[in-house]
Amino acid sequence: MKNPTRRSALALAAVAALALTGCGSSDPLGGGDTASGSPSATGGTGGAGGGDALVIGSQQYYSNEIIAELYAQALEAEGYTVEREYQIGQREVYLPEVESGAIDVMPEYGGNLLQYYDAEATATSPEDIQAALAEVLPQGLRPLEPAEATDQDSYNVTREFAEKHSLTTLADLQNVDEQLKVAANSEFETRPYGPAGLKEAYGVDVTVVPVEDSGGPLTVKALVDGDVQLADIYSADPSIAAEDLVTLEDPENLILPQNVTPIVSDAVDEQAAAVIEEVNAKLTPEELIGLNRQSVEKEASSEDIAQAWLSGQGLS
Amino acid sequence: MNWVLDNLPLIADRTWAHLATSLPAILAALLISLPLGWLAHRYRALNGPVLTGAGLMYAIPSLPLFIVLPVLIGTGVRDVVNVVVALTLYGVALLVRSVADGLDGVPPEARSAAVALGYPPLRRFLTVDLPLAGPVILSGLRVVAVSTVSLCTVGAVLGIPSLGLLFTDGFQRGILAEILTGIVLTVVLALALDRLLVALGRLAMPWTRAEVGA
Amino acid sequence: MNQLWEAVLWCLDPTNWTGPSGIAARSLEHLGYTLLAVAIAAAIAVPIGWWVGHTGKGRGAAVALSGAARALPTLGVLTLTGLLLGIGLAAPMTAFVILAIPSILAAAYAGFEAVDRRVIDAARAQGYTGTQVLWQIEVPLGLPVLVGGLRSAALQVVATATLAAYVGAGGLGRYLFLGLKTQDYAMMLGSSLLVVALALVLDGAFALAGRAAVPRGVTVARRGVNA
Repeated sequence: MKNPTRRSALALAAVAALALTGCGSSDPLGGGDTASGSPSATGGTGGAGGGDALVIGSQQYYSNEIIAELYAQALEAEGYTVEREYQIGQREVYLPEVESGAIDVMPEYGGNLLQYYDAEATATSPEDIQAALAEVLPQGLRPLEPAEATDQDSYNVTREFAEKHSLTTLADLQNVDEQLKVAANSEFETRPYGPAGLKEAYGVDVTVVPVEDSGGPLTVKALVDGDVQLADIYSADPSIAAEDLVTLEDPENLILPQNVTPIVSDAVDEQAAAVIEEVNAKLTPEELIGLNRQSVEKEASSEDIAQAWLSGQGLS
Repeated sequence: MNWVLDNLPLIADRTWAHLATSLPAILAALLISLPLGWLAHRYRALNGPVLTGAGLMYAIPSLPLFIVLPVLIGTGVRDVVNVVVALTLYGVALLVRSVADGLDGVPPEARSAAVALGYPPLRRFLTVDLPLAGPVILSGLRVVAVSTVSLCTVGAVLGIPSLGLLFTDGFQRGILAEILTGIVLTVVLALALDRLLVALGRLAMPWTRAEVGA
Repeated sequence: MNQLWEAVLWCLDPTNWTGPSGIAARSLEHLGYTLLAVAIAAAIAVPIGWWVGHTGKGRGAAVALSGAARALPTLGVLTLTGLLLGIGLAAPMTAFVILAIPSILAAAYAGFEAVDRRVIDAARAQGYTGTQVLWQIEVPLGLPVLVGGLRSAALQVVATATLAAYVGAGGLGRYLFLGLKTQDYAMMLGSSLLVVALALVLDGAFALAGRAAVPRGVTVARRGVNA
């Protein structure tokens, strides 16, 4: 590892003891700032004074953190100083910080981001979304070229359920005569592609069972256990393949594409933007699922996953 | 175990953030509870409102408090100050009663003796009342320390750094070892702090040494 | 302040109250979770606490155990049990019961310890057996303290029961998370107000129960035990 944090981390016991005995000397404000980052957040920036460092944020979502780490390491390889602010809640928590300039680079997802800024948006293709995003983003922010990789909501059923009711598209759900429950994050209830949208586009009634793990293991378990018939799982989630789930097709384009789209501040110059876009250019849907699989199945850290992938792609 | 060994720096960061949030809150709770508890003890009229108010404060769910506070005190949602303030409020809610109870339990004879010796009120409070109420306040402080360290994890739902981030991340990725690490470290931190307080209590109040810690 | 006002309006809007996911139904669910958790915790903790208080054995272990249980982060227990048990009530209920046990356990034995030893000595001198001392003296005299412990436990659980929604169960937490994730702060704050209101109701009920729990002819200090 390039940064000295790993070694200094071994001094945890000493640090903890220090904190226990002399907590008067620890500044609660400063302490939180430096401690909030990732494995290497604290090490590299001490000398730089933060002036030129690019601050890279990530959502509280492991896959998003991996993408952020890809950008971070690619930028570091090109000599940029990077500060990491990972695992920042949801949009309502981190977007204000992005808008205020506290965060310079944020991996985002085109469709949902557009809807955050413009609930009435009508764009449905990745190109239209990208164009619309450039319009609605607050001053000082711009979207970079999106990746081919998308991580969008998808309605999934078990293979068994799909075969029993011969399901391939969302419209086929009309033929299912039992009550349909869908496990999803609670906000799914109000999303345009949620129950109301499904009813309008396909004439299907569902009720939401909220599980707040963003289509994670608990959502999948609920589906496999038969507690629900449908599960909203992000399309880049490796468990779709691992559990042999069937993603129902969406011919009416109810669900917005969520191409990985970095949002950057003016602190990101053209050269830095090019570095990020180079990473994005190699990020296909399959690659993103592969990265996520490393995290979920191999339990690898975002740092290690990013390092291996970037060197495999010849980007580091 | 592999997950733990592979992620030591991450765990260290989270632990550090956890301490940096919970320790100031515990200290602040003690500093605020002493005068409040004294008021509740000294002025009967205040006793009911202060103690009931404190009890109700504890009923406020922590998650919304973490979100409402920034609006009220004008900080960002993810500002560590919010969590420190919120945790302090919960700490005060628990501790005020201990302080009042402790002072209520001071034998009137001891107090009268101090008055007879001509102790001015502040000196009497600091050298007679407080030490005699000490054991009760300490046991309250221990409860506050343990529950603050434990409660600190809830901020993770909003992305405020603490060991709680190991829960939310482990939950999403389905890594039991990560969640377990967070639980074990939280309990260890809490109990270590508890032991430390007991030790400090014995240093500060040597006369309690003979008693078994409660 | 404006947001607080909107939250109050949200609470008062009658259209929010009806239906299977209305405020009325969610509040009942929330109350149900709380009472169930406290009941299960009491079924576990009260016998142990009484035994500890009656025999004086295992006090150190009980103190250590309830200390450790207090330190257990509810969110951690919830996510762990959630992953193991799946969605539904089992996971959050486990977490809430663990949350409720320390207060109840401590109150159960502290109630016995608060009984004047002279009363017990007098009873023994009159030929009371151990069982009679337990049921006729220690249990009734320790009851007010125990009710105080149940009250603390209920208040803690009612505030924490919002987390049930994190793993797919119901309760007022449903509004909290939905409001949080859709930037509907009126809903989020409103549901928090409802939780506080529910806590007030519970607190009042336990205060009455505490008064009723004092055996006739006994005057105890009004000071409740804060377990």
